This record gives sequence, C-alpha cells and structure tokens, in this order.
Amino acid sequence: MNSLINTLGAWVLPLMVVAIVLFGLFKKIKVFDCFIQGAKSGALTVYELIPTLTGLVVAITMLKESGAMLLAAKLFSPLAAFLNIPEEIIPMSLISPISGGGSLSFFESILKENGPDSFLGRVGSVLMGSTDTTLYAVTVYYGAVLIKKTRHTLFAGLCADFTSFLLCSFFVNLTID
Amino acid sequence: MMNYIWPLMIVISFVSSIITGRVPELSKAIIQGGQDAVELLIRLLSMLCLWGGVMEIAQQSGITKTLSRVMKPILKLIFPSLKKENYALEAISMNVTANVLGLGNAATPLGLESMRRLQQLNKNTEVASDEMVVFVVMNTAAMHIIPTTVATLRSQYGSENPMEIMPASILTSVCALGVGIAVAKIGNYLGRRKKK
Repeated sequence: MNSLINTLGAWVLPLMVVAIVLFGLFKKIKVFDCFIQGAKSGALTVYELIPTLTGLVVAITMLKESGAMLLAAKLFSPLAAFLNIPEEIIPMSLISPISGGGSLSFFESILKENGPDSFLGRVGSVLMGSTDTTLYAVTVYYGAVLIKKTRHTLFAGLCADFTSFLLCSFFVNLTID
Repeated sequence: MMNYIWPLMIVISFVSSIITGRVPELSKAIIQGGQDAVELLIRLLSMLCLWGGVMEIAQQSGITKTLSRVMKPILKLIFPSLKKENYALEAISMNVTANVLGLGNAATPLGLESMRRLQQLNKNTEVASDEMVVFVVMNTAAMHIIPTTVATLRSQYGSENPMEIMPASILTSVCALGVGIAVAKIGNYLGRRKKK
C-alpha cells in the first residue's frame, strides 16, 4: 500500500506537466511562447523577493546561530516529547507563521544535517508542505482592500498552524514505514 | 508588522547570543546569512520560472477555468452566504484552484481579486466580513496537493523518494485547514450572537 502511494507520488508531477502541455497543444496554443511568458513573471517574483528575503534570512540566521530558538524550544519540548514530535522541529514550526523564508532556511539545515530520508527530514518536509506564512497572507490580503480590523483571522490561522505541528509526525509514522 | 518583527528578531538574537555565549557565531551568521539568501533565491528562481511557465499554459488553454467550475459546489458549502454572489465565488474558486495546484504565484493575485469582490459586498469597509475571515484563513493554510517546493529541495539533498511525504503532507494540510475554517466559523458565530 505504502509503496503504491510512493510510486503514485513520483508519477504525479511528470504526468501533470505532460498533461498540461499536451492539452495546450490540443487547444492549438503556442505552448513554448506561453511557457516563456509565465516563466518571466516567475522570474520577476523572485526579483522582487531579493531584498525581503535577504533581510529576513540574515535575521533568521542570526536568530538560529544565537541559540534563541533553542531557548524557546526548551519551553515546548515537554509537549513535543509527549506527542513523539522530534524536538529539532520546534524552531522551524515557531518561525513558519512569521516567515516562509525563515522556515525554509530551518528546513534546509535539517535536510543538510539529517538527510531528507531520516525521520526528522520527513517530519520537517511534511511540516514545510502543510503550513504557509500566516502573517504574510493576513497582511497582504487585508492590506490590499484597506481593512483595518481583521477580527479573529490571525487566531484562526495560528490554530491551523498549531494543528500541523501536532499532527505532522503522527502522519509520517502512519504513511511511511 | 515586519517593521516590529524584524528588529525584534535581531535584538533577541543579540541578547540570547550573550546568554548562550555565542557572540562569535552571531558575527559569522551576519555574513553567512547574506550568502544563504542568495543561494536560496537562485534555487527559487529555477523553480518559479518552470512552474510559472507551466501554469501559464494551463491558464491559456482553459484548464483552470474548467477546474474552477468543478470547485464551485464545494465552495458553496464553505461560503453559504455567497450562493447567489457568483461574481465573488468565481474569483474565490480560481484562487483555490491555483492554491490546490501549488501555484502560489497565481494564487496571490487571484486571492486579492477575490478580496476586492468580497469588499464590495461588505457593509463596513474597515472591518473584515465573515466571508473574508474564512477566505483569508484558507489562504494562510497550505491547500496544495503536490508539495513542489518541498519535493524539489528533498531531491536536491539526495532523497531516494522525494514524493514519499505527499500522503502525510496532504493529510496534515487537510486537518489544519479544517481546524482553521472551524475556528473562523465559530468566531463568526460568536460575533453574530454578540450583535443580537
């Protein structure tokens, strides 16, 4: 069962790319021109991310190297131990609602130090794949329509993030042997 | 908001590096951080270009529109008050479709369009409406089926099966999304009761 899911997972991405391209051809679209146009907007997004990401990654690297997250992680480690969640995942889950770049950089260091196929690497992958930058979405979405009172949006978003933290290692154990 | 969080991060790092005796590491981190950022950006660049290109094909060939038609019945359950507001619902389904496909690039502009349409239905334009709260909460959670970013990074670090985390990732996302929407709806319900 697990190997079936894994094979399926490996097939999804190539199949989807091929299907989209074929459907484009079927609809008589100049697929490569179209691809270039979309890729350009992707490149522009990255260009606009340069300053933000540089500023944030520096602050996050500082936070990481200063040991601050480890101090904070100590607060949560009894809960994590109780739920069989690896302690090393705590700093990443603390930063993920604040900064996507930040959780990405914690995630990368987990991959680098433990390998992607270790238990920690897998739990980190699931956490990374199942959370988004809550603060960013709230700021941008409400900012665009000039809403000042966001009511319980942030609270509900953080509840969702906390759910991911609680469940990620449980589901890793359930679906991967 | 970032104007408070960013300096706070820097000050906290400085103070805790003194507590933990890691000031030399902190000094290295400032230089290393800039280099890390550039490496990360290069990796993102290849990913976003590829994915942005494929998405554009999907959009122009009409795949996204068809998908949004499929999405509508489900969204009507989440936004019952928008049953007759097709205009707002259409933008929302495009945003959700882009999210499900893992296309953050496309999802954000479509999400902002949805917010604009919801704002037109809003009675008090300074306070978030019930529908907005639910909609933004959905966008703060991950809705994608294929964790492309994660899978790409996993394969770059030599994973034997980068996609093996997909089922766990989907299950976790769905639960988190469910909790988020539930909390948002409970808040809406309590808010309505308070008014009465």
